[in-house]
Amino acid sequence: MSATSAPGAVSTAPSKKPGDTRPSEAKKPRNPKRLLVYVLLSVGLLIMSAPFLWMALSAFKTQAELTASPPVWIPTEWTLENFRNLLDKLDLPLYFMNSVIVAVLVTVSNLVFCSMLGYALAKLNFAGRNKIFGLVLGALMVPGNLMLLPLFVLMSKLHLIDSYAGLVLPFAAGAFGVFLMRQFMQSIPDELLEAARMDGAGEWYIFWRIVMPLVKPALATLSIFTFLGSWNNFVWPLIATNDPDKYTLPVALATFATDPNKAGGSNGMLMAGSFLIVLPVLVVFIALQRHFTQGIATAGMK
Amino acid sequence: MRTMTSKAAQPAKVQAGPGASESPATGPAGRRGGKKSSMGVQNLAGWLFSTPFLVLFLVFMALPILATLVMSFTDFGLRNVTHPMDANFIGFENYVNLFSDDKFLKSLFNTAYFVVIGVPLTIFLGLVVAVLLNNGIDRARTFFRVGFYAPVVTTIVAVAVVWRFVLDPSDGLVAGLFSEVGLTSPDFLGSETLAMPSMIAMAVWRNLGTVMVLFIAGLQAIPTEVREAARLDGAGVWQEFKGITVPLLRPTLLYATVITTIGYLNVFEEPFVMTQGGPSDSTLTVSLNMYREGFNFFHMGYASAMAYVLFVVIMGITVLQLRLLKDNTK
Repeated sequence: MSATSAPGAVSTAPSKKPGDTRPSEAKKPRNPKRLLVYVLLSVGLLIMSAPFLWMALSAFKTQAELTASPPVWIPTEWTLENFRNLLDKLDLPLYFMNSVIVAVLVTVSNLVFCSMLGYALAKLNFAGRNKIFGLVLGALMVPGNLMLLPLFVLMSKLHLIDSYAGLVLPFAAGAFGVFLMRQFMQSIPDELLEAARMDGAGEWYIFWRIVMPLVKPALATLSIFTFLGSWNNFVWPLIATNDPDKYTLPVALATFATDPNKAGGSNGMLMAGSFLIVLPVLVVFIALQRHFTQGIATAGMK
Repeated sequence: MRTMTSKAAQPAKVQAGPGASESPATGPAGRRGGKKSSMGVQNLAGWLFSTPFLVLFLVFMALPILATLVMSFTDFGLRNVTHPMDANFIGFENYVNLFSDDKFLKSLFNTAYFVVIGVPLTIFLGLVVAVLLNNGIDRARTFFRVGFYAPVVTTIVAVAVVWRFVLDPSDGLVAGLFSEVGLTSPDFLGSETLAMPSMIAMAVWRNLGTVMVLFIAGLQAIPTEVREAARLDGAGVWQEFKGITVPLLRPTLLYATVITTIGYLNVFEEPFVMTQGGPSDSTLTVSLNMYREGFNFFHMGYASAMAYVLFVVIMGITVLQLRLLKDNTK
């Protein structure tokens, strides 16, 4: 029995040596099933990560290996040429800064405004509270495409096309953030706030000095989601910028990739560009992954 | 109410406390109206705390939504970007034209195709991975979860560029797999029949992680005793899945289905970057069509009508899904 499962198990579950016949706890009878699960998941994971691996490897290939048919998997001679060419043709530091500035502004304003409304909805009794909460829930469901056209007209009238304000304002306070903050703030005991009120603390003081420090994990989750949402946003920056100097990273890359005169079918440069956009996101995600799953789960449990 | 017991030591102020939490909608609370009536303060504070969001919401969401509706009944064009009031009211003309516009009908069909195949695949695979991760293994769970979720967080434009290359018939990754077994790769994105399925594959790849995380959260909310009891009663893996897991996961299933459907009905970036809607409009989605009509050709009135048709479709389908899936539980 153990002989059939052990050799395979070595590759996925590294704990047991082949031929190890010790009675391995009580799990023994379920081992073959478990092995199958590991194999399935590993195959799935390989498929999931294949495009990333292909991107990362291709970014370092020479032109000859990029266009080789049949394709070459692993570069024999690693080169940075694609990155150099890309930086020659595309002012990536500029777009990077644009993306960072917009994402930081969007994140900060969401943290402040969504928390404020979240606090009001969770902890303040006021006339109209339920109506505002209904509005927030409604806003969660409206597709973003529905307001693109008038928003463009509005921004043109305000002369905010090609400005950071034009890129930031429509995303300065999102319904998701309000929902998230409200959920977390509801778990703060009312007694604590009542005690502060008895001591004469104003609502702003309570919010800023008592509630905000208590919901730091939620603020972390919201920051990550908002920052990445802005970093990855495409449609609005595409519409709200005409001047290439104001492009964000995705817009710059897409414009580059869909213009045959620019990229000239150079997959090397495109893979290098994708690599540079995706890598920071993946690193941040892997470092903070717990907050992601928590945020998704919270939003899913109404 | 709860505050009363803990603060009973300070009798003078207790009166104001319960009064405030008991009557949420009546003006100045309490007969005594002490030095500051908590209710009045909370009312004012509530509105002050809500104002920034409400202002932004009003200007950048509510008004534009209404404006789209108004614009959809006009011939709003490029000239009107600077002179909005000059647009002419043309009644339902845009809407009527839409339904004799082959391009729009095709984009509607393409979007439906994308949703009908894409949503069930995403939900099913997300559920399978979640169940495997939750029951089958005890090691490296985080590792797998992170791996499956990673595509969700990546920049879709960059990823679409990568997929274009992955599917390249001469030097892409898939072409490599084909040549490994001695076959020539079809031109996935250049073929009218294969372009949309390729796009669906990419969407499933990208969105599976979201669904998986939702299902994991849902699965973990199922009390272990229920499972143990089923197992003691001799339920097999499949019986346990069908009899316990699926019914108890219904709320999650509903939520995941609704958000995936809404997301897929709005699909834009994938065709924009990968195929530009081609070949022969076979991947032209409603959102991409709307973008082109609005921002390339500046038929903004017409594009607004398109946006509203899509919105009504999304609302209709969401309501339908809520009904269908809710009814089944009872």
